[in-house]
Amino acid sequence: METVNIVENVAFNLLKQAVIYLPEDVKQALQKAYAEETSEAGKTQLKAILDNVELAEKYQAPICQDTGTIIFYVKAGAEAKNLDKIEEALIKATRRATVEVPLRPNSVNPFTQKNSGDNTGRLIPYVNWEIVLGDSIELTVMPKGGGSENVCISGMLVPGEGIKGLKKFVVDAVLKAGAKPCPPNILGVGIGGGSDIAMKIAKKALLRPLNVPNSDPEIARLEKEILEAVNMTGIGPMGLGGKTTVLGVNINYAYRHPASYPAAVAFNCWAARRATARIGADRKVEYLTHKVE
Amino acid sequence: MAVYKLKTPISEEEIRKLNVNDVLYVSGTMVTARDQAHRRALEYFKQEKPLPINLEGLAVFHCGPIMKKEGEKWFVVAAGPTTSTRMDIFEDEFIKSFKVRVIIGKGGMGNRTTEAMAKYGAVYGAFTGGAAILAAKAIKSVKSVEWLDLGMPEAMWILEVEEFGPLTVAIDSHGNNLFEDVKRKVEENRQKIYQKFGLSP
Repeated sequence: METVNIVENVAFNLLKQAVIYLPEDVKQALQKAYAEETSEAGKTQLKAILDNVELAEKYQAPICQDTGTIIFYVKAGAEAKNLDKIEEALIKATRRATVEVPLRPNSVNPFTQKNSGDNTGRLIPYVNWEIVLGDSIELTVMPKGGGSENVCISGMLVPGEGIKGLKKFVVDAVLKAGAKPCPPNILGVGIGGGSDIAMKIAKKALLRPLNVPNSDPEIARLEKEILEAVNMTGIGPMGLGGKTTVLGVNINYAYRHPASYPAAVAFNCWAARRATARIGADRKVEYLTHKVE
Repeated sequence: MAVYKLKTPISEEEIRKLNVNDVLYVSGTMVTARDQAHRRALEYFKQEKPLPINLEGLAVFHCGPIMKKEGEKWFVVAAGPTTSTRMDIFEDEFIKSFKVRVIIGKGGMGNRTTEAMAKYGAVYGAFTGGAAILAAKAIKSVKSVEWLDLGMPEAMWILEVEEFGPLTVAIDSHGNNLFEDVKRKVEENRQKIYQKFGLSP
């Protein structure tokens, strides 16, 4: 099989797995939240979530009807071949998944309001590229729901306020979002770089599993502190009250301009979908997040 | 907290028994309507044009489903709720005009809708956002689809449901709004969080 066909097949499998099976770490976090939630309405919601996750697996159907905007992250080995063909393969895979899984057509022309019907359109699916050492290609898909996307926020904070300003920015974002992003959420927090970079790395931070701590112990502590703060809001599962508003906070940063303190909060809904696979130069495929037969 | 199982058409008397925090399961006929279907239904009402279906006593679901057509028949693939606040600008008129008894969605609705529910007798049932398969499994059949020209998510899907839920009654017909209650508590908590973490308001 040609590399480009392999990429298309792998991307199709990833899309299918991602929308049907929640990553194990997210599932475990939801189970833990259900066990610990004390609000009655909140517990009802978490139970419905867990039942739904189980039914999706049983019936091989998407967990949520909003199968999201399709975003890919590609780590391309500098020595990998046919990199110029990858985007085309990802578009084909997206079209196929839309029909065969199926996915909801979620790609609309912002001027004519016309839905393309196949989840593709100008710059969609969006592909984030990274060139890495070696000759393999690592593909990650993040089908990103619209409800949680609508409350993502970026801002230029006051550098003099430092981390305190950042904490308040995140807490305020969660308070403002309320029930809208389908809590319990996962928060990606991006700091520095510039306004565009902060949001880009915030969203990328959502790819880190909940059971993998930040490699920097100082930042890991900050993540924990922010998690504690946002769970004091009482918004709860689906905004019906309770102590589980956020399942995890993942921080990502870049250095900043002395005069600027860009920050961004990317929200993911409880249906925090992602799937990753690696394609070797020998065309061997390794699925890293899901089991694919 | 009480559990209610109601069958459509639901009477005003039945719906007035429900209070916030109760759990509701609905059986019978449910129609989906998002922004565009709400807008069109109200336009029809203004022009005294009949709707494709009489909505009195029925449940309306804020949902843009994924459907699949096999032969001539439509099947539900996934059908979770969408954010209800977008329909706030239509819902009071909608309840008043069509006498629907249950509005189902996620995220809650505002004062205008709460007032209309108290006045005309309707409740808002919060269905878990994203729980699309749980919803799909309670949908027994697609009776018909109307206004498909609006697109798959925005069309009006007329569905036969069995024990559709669990719905948390989040707005009842007595002027109570659970989401507003939570919002008030959350606002109180804001100050506690600022204090505990030394954040200046």
